[in-house]
Formats: sequence, structure tokens, C-alpha cells
Amino acid sequence: MAEEVAVMLKGEIDHHRTEEIKRQLDEIIENTRPLRMILDFKNVTMMDSSGVGLILGRYKRLSERGGALYVKRLSKQVDLVFQVSGLYQVIKKI
Amino acid sequence: MENEMELRFINASENESFARMCAAAFAARLDPTLEQIADIKTAVSEAVTNAVVHAYGGGRGPVILRCKAENGMFFVDIEDQGIGIENIELARTPFYTSGGSGRSGMGFTVMEAFMDSVDVVSEKGRGTKIAMTKKIR
Repeated sequence: MAEEVAVMLKGEIDHHRTEEIKRQLDEIIENTRPLRMILDFKNVTMMDSSGVGLILGRYKRLSERGGALYVKRLSKQVDLVFQVSGLYQVIKKI
Repeated sequence: MENEMELRFINASENESFARMCAAAFAARLDPTLEQIADIKTAVSEAVTNAVVHAYGGGRGPVILRCKAENGMFFVDIEDQGIGIENIELARTPFYTSGGSGRSGMGFTVMEAFMDSVDVVSEKGRGTKIAMTKKIR
């Protein structure tokens, strides 16, 4: 069980890419069982609402395993998607 | 100055990025900020994803992207000839989705947040058109 795992996301997160990202994040969650997972958005140039479902699903998976999800370094565009979709009600920005 | 373009493609998910890149490249002639370009890409991505996921019941069909630039305004329509949206008001409600688990139901909410106007016209069995505008300068 890892204390903390940080994942650097990159590129544009849309419906076409969500399955692949979901598979990779779930693999990391299962292999490391982190207490804290930090998603770093520094290199994410765009995210649409397909990313909201993706992030929420990972949040639930982590919560069920006793972990927590954090996000950091979001662009203004990604930040607005988080705001309007209510993601900040359950996911903390650090 | 007025300018227009029209693009027709299949509702394959690979075309989501293609469509938003084309719309952004067209809008670039209006000399937008990087932030405005990101807004347009996000909204177009949402509308095209709608056609990919919902329009043809999981099958394939055409999507038409129309862009127009006029007097500092950017206009974009995304149209499909699919099954249509039965209840537009419900479809625009935050968190409502008919797309199953993993879909957030936030597509129209995001389009509204990033564009100045979002209009949806749909007819059952005939298709859906999402028309959006954004003032660039």
C-alpha cells in the first residue's frame, strides 16, 4: 500500500481517450492502493465533460479502497469544467 | 469580413479531436485569445461527442460541422441526422444522461459555460442541431 501516488496527465482528455486513461489509472490504483492519489493537470491542454465522468469514477474507486483523490495545476479551462460540473464538491485542489 | 466553412465526417470518436481542431483553426482567423480557443474547442468537443455517443444509437452516421465568422463573432453548428432528442429540456439538465455509467451528463452545462449562446433543435428520427455563438472581439 502506497502512501501517495502522483500521476501526470497530458494532452487533451476527451471521450475518445477516456477508456485508455481509465484503464491506466485503475491499474495504478489496484497495484499501489494509495492513501492519496494526486492527478497533475499541468500538461493537460483541454478536458471536456467526458473527463468529469472519468475523474468521478476514479474518486469513487479510491474512496471504496480508503484512498483520496486530489488534483493540481489545472488550466483555466479545465478549472472551469471542474467548477461547473461540481467536481470540487468532492475533489480537493491542492 | 465574413467567412464560412462546412465539414462532414463520420461520428467516430477519433473525429472528436479532428472536429475541434478544425473549428479552432477556423476561429483563429478572428484573432482570438488562447483562452477563447480553448473555450471553442471544449464546446465543439462536447457537441460532437453528443453525436458520437447518442445520435445513432451506438452506430455510425454523418456529422456536419459548420463554422461562420462575421463581425468578430464566431458561429458553430454541429448537426447529425440521428435519432433526435425526445426531451431537450431534460437533456440539458445538469447530470442527466442517457449514455450509461461513466457519462457525467454535463455536456450541455459545459457548452453553456464556455459559449455565449447554445441553441438545440431536434426532431425525433430526423436528427439534432446544436448551434452556438461566441463573441471573439
